Amino acid sequence: MRVVVAEDLALLREGLIRILQANGFEVVEAVDNGPGLIRALTTHRPDVAIIDVRLPPTFTTEGLRAAIDARRHIPGLPVVVLSQYVEQLYARQLISDRAGAVGYLLKDRVMDVQQFVTNVRQVAAGSTVMDPDVVTALLTHRSTDPKLLQLSPREREVLTLMAQGRSNTAIAAQMFVAERTVLKHGNNIFTKLGLKPSADDNRRILAVLAYLES
Amino acid sequence: MTNGPPSPGATSRPGATSRPGGTSRRRERPGSVAHRHRALRSPVALRSPVALPSALALRAGLLGWSLVLLCGAVVGLALGTLWITSVAGVALVAGIPLTLLTTALVRWFADLHRQWAAERLGEPVARPYRAAPDGGWPARLWAVLRDPATWRDWAWLAANSITCWFSSGLSLMMFLAGVVYLIYPLVYQLTPPEVFRTPLGEGFRLHSVAQSFAMVPFGPVLLLLWYVTAQRLANLNARVIRTLLGPTEQARLRARVQRLATSRAETIDAQAGELRRIERDLHDGAQARLVSLGMSLGLAQQLLHDDPQAVQQLLAEARASTSSALTELRDLVRGIHPPVLADLGLDGALRALALANPIPTTVTTRLPGRLPPAAESAAYFAVAEALSNAIKHAEARHIRIAVEFDPLQDATTGTLTMTVSDDGRGGASTDAGTGLHGISRRLASFDGTLGVSSPPGGPTEIKMSLLCASS
Repeated sequence: MRVVVAEDLALLREGLIRILQANGFEVVEAVDNGPGLIRALTTHRPDVAIIDVRLPPTFTTEGLRAAIDARRHIPGLPVVVLSQYVEQLYARQLISDRAGAVGYLLKDRVMDVQQFVTNVRQVAAGSTVMDPDVVTALLTHRSTDPKLLQLSPREREVLTLMAQGRSNTAIAAQMFVAERTVLKHGNNIFTKLGLKPSADDNRRILAVLAYLES
Repeated sequence: MTNGPPSPGATSRPGATSRPGGTSRRRERPGSVAHRHRALRSPVALRSPVALPSALALRAGLLGWSLVLLCGAVVGLALGTLWITSVAGVALVAGIPLTLLTTALVRWFADLHRQWAAERLGEPVARPYRAAPDGGWPARLWAVLRDPATWRDWAWLAANSITCWFSSGLSLMMFLAGVVYLIYPLVYQLTPPEVFRTPLGEGFRLHSVAQSFAMVPFGPVLLLLWYVTAQRLANLNARVIRTLLGPTEQARLRARVQRLATSRAETIDAQAGELRRIERDLHDGAQARLVSLGMSLGLAQQLLHDDPQAVQQLLAEARASTSSALTELRDLVRGIHPPVLADLGLDGALRALALANPIPTTVTTRLPGRLPPAAESAAYFAVAEALSNAIKHAEARHIRIAVEFDPLQDATTGTLTMTVSDDGRGGASTDAGTGLHGISRRLASFDGTLGVSSPPGGPTEIKMSLLCASS
């Protein structure tokens, strides 16, 4: 799987490359600034890009803007955006095109190498992955929503994992229940929130996120 | 420039006249460097043969000024009359340009006097005029007439035509009369009969040259009187000028509010900049190190079974990353508020700073215990910046840091003076963008100042001060 990495701090860039290579990814280019990133994305058209939000020259949201720009040229280009802190606003901008294949994660998540690599593969496969912190913030933000209050604790747990971008299989494994049970919880959630059920993992995740974001 | 009595704290030139004891406000230990310096300027030294000619030259200069100022008083009266006449003529339209013209003339004339008074008193006499508005003549005329300073100028022109005779005029008369009495026999001899024959009125008539010698003793008496009072009378005149031509209390307050608003805005800017710097340092420094550390550990965990050798290396890297993160955090903390400053106060912190410095540095402090934390911090960073400036640019062999606190009259507040001097190559400047410029901006929020004396070739002396309360 071909990857482009954009990270300005050499230490972290090297670390990322090492982790990706150790897990069978091919890093086709590693850049350290915004303009270079857009160039790399359009020339290499990688299977997935791993991008730091803050890049030179502006050291603000250069990476995020480059990712959004690149996806405008190459629709559905899978990007995983990493950040030292999570900001709901950035998450909203990333999923706003409803094309999927985006990940938005705290840099800390890279430490759990196995999980991180899984997330990168998920995004490359077209799925949406949100950092647990973003999901928690979204749920807190909507804590007075009567529809969300109807959910049972179990359903809430499933919703949280779903919003993070886990597939039904992954949720079942994490909660130590049968996939059938997760499916049932999922249907309940969709009914209670008034969403259209969908068999496709990715559509379901986007629907949940869109609901929480609205 | 006139050689006025140096104000306390001002640099003083050898041979300059100094009021005995006038500068001994500061408490000093006998034998200290400052004490020895002062001893050189003691009254004894003043009466040395070198001092008298310079004192005489000073008074001769003042004599010349008295004449100029007296002529000025007469011209001023004419100018004042012309001005008020122009104002009266405003109704006839022709008065408008005339008033503007004479106002400009009056202000120029007043500026000359301000300049003289400022040099005499050793402190600036500010121009109190409001800024002229853009617009036509009527608008400018209206602004001129509404400006209280305009009317104060006119009042001064009128008052000066009288008071000048009691200051400059008196001084000049004493000198001239003294000279005339001193050479009275000569005057008697040279003038026609009936002139200079009744020096003290009709009841005291001189009949011969021999008799006229009786007048000679008056000469030295008057000249001595002139010598003694010359400076005081000149100062009196300068004070009258300052009172009438300087800004009023209200204008001074307005200027101060303006200054405070500027320094507050700069302080806010500086603080925001500082926070941005801290955020950036954390983001790119310690935070990134910790992430990298976590990555190494995560990868190590993954490789534990397959590649123990790689794990060994990853763990070593993780350890190095930890110590780098700690170092960066320590540096950052030191940049926010040095722990040694919190622990030991300004004195100890400056000594610690000097010890860590590659160039030999001596620190002398005279502080009444601890100062308020904000002042300590500002003083510490000001000195640290000046010091790093000296280390980076001066090529100095030795640096001296001197910090002292001088309480003001009310004893609760005082001035903290910090001097950083080096024997390097000089050429330090306070231009925008330099570290010194940053210091002066930060000190401004403490009503502080920064002065640099750094001629090319050195030595450099950076004198900083701030106002603060003592604990």
